[in-house]
Amino acid sequence: MMRFILPFVIFIVLAGFLYVGLNLDPHEVPSPLVGKPAPAFTLPQLHEPSKTFSPQDMKGKVWLLNVWASWCVSCKEEHPILVELARKNIVPVYGLDYKDKRADALATLREGGDPYVMSASDTEGRIGIDYGVYGVPETYVIDKQGIIQYKQIGPITHQNLREKILPLVVELEKKP
Amino acid sequence: MKRLFVLLLCLMPLFAYAGEAKDIAADPVLEKRMIGLAEKLRCLVCQNESLASSHAELAEDLRREVREQMSKGKNDQEIIDYLVSKYGDFVLYEPPVKSYTLLLWFGPFALLLVAGGTLFFQLRKRRQSVPEATLTVEAQQRAAALLNNEKDI
Repeated sequence: MMRFILPFVIFIVLAGFLYVGLNLDPHEVPSPLVGKPAPAFTLPQLHEPSKTFSPQDMKGKVWLLNVWASWCVSCKEEHPILVELARKNIVPVYGLDYKDKRADALATLREGGDPYVMSASDTEGRIGIDYGVYGVPETYVIDKQGIIQYKQIGPITHQNLREKILPLVVELEKKP
Repeated sequence: MKRLFVLLLCLMPLFAYAGEAKDIAADPVLEKRMIGLAEKLRCLVCQNESLASSHAELAEDLRREVREQMSKGKNDQEIIDYLVSKYGDFVLYEPPVKSYTLLLWFGPFALLLVAGGTLFFQLRKRRQSVPEATLTVEAQQRAAALLNNEKDI
């Protein structure tokens, strides 16, 4: 009897592992930045390059930093959701325009609407590296102390906005 | 006049010389060091490619970052620590020995140990269960006769 049970058990365990493996996304790299202060930077603003933006200016507010680019296809998917979010005025969304040409970026915002309070231009992608960006879009939820509380890799969907991001924002708003 | 023209024509290729795009890689020693380090790092956007061999844009940016940090005098470990702090252990090709990678590092040895142990005990058990062959006198004589016979052939 044992002769049949043992291989069967091994098969089940192996199949279990493979099944779980099927549903894992190898592109998803857990970010070590969650729980750490958002890296500081000073970048020119997209609309007015003579002015700058720093995350340090955002101390005391809960905000979203959305990394996007005009060349990024899945950003287009996410864009209307961000526009809708911005209209609701729940949480300010700031953009980091990653490795983009200014004219292209401005055109994208003209066409699809501009959900950002402000976008900063990371033309060379250096700040992206500081934030551990490896695929656009990525979104960081940053708390009042300037600590990254959550990182969304890939486009924001209605579902994870409703289930993850917005509840987190509400919770963070309550904290000092 | 014609000769001068031919001479000029022969000199043409010299002017056509185009230098490769110069970046900070001007220093070959540093470049070699950078490539050496980049071979130990994983390109994040391309599965299973090292940072040294990848042509992805992010890989190029990361190589630039490594190069710059090297020319600032940072040592390899400091650069690795920087990248790990941004991208996590995933950026390393060789995962560090940590509590959650113990299975990865020592699992194969554990399996080998279990398999070897099972084999050892099975063999020992079998040796014990197979009875020592005891032959009757008669059988021994027959065997000897057969063996002798064979010799004669």
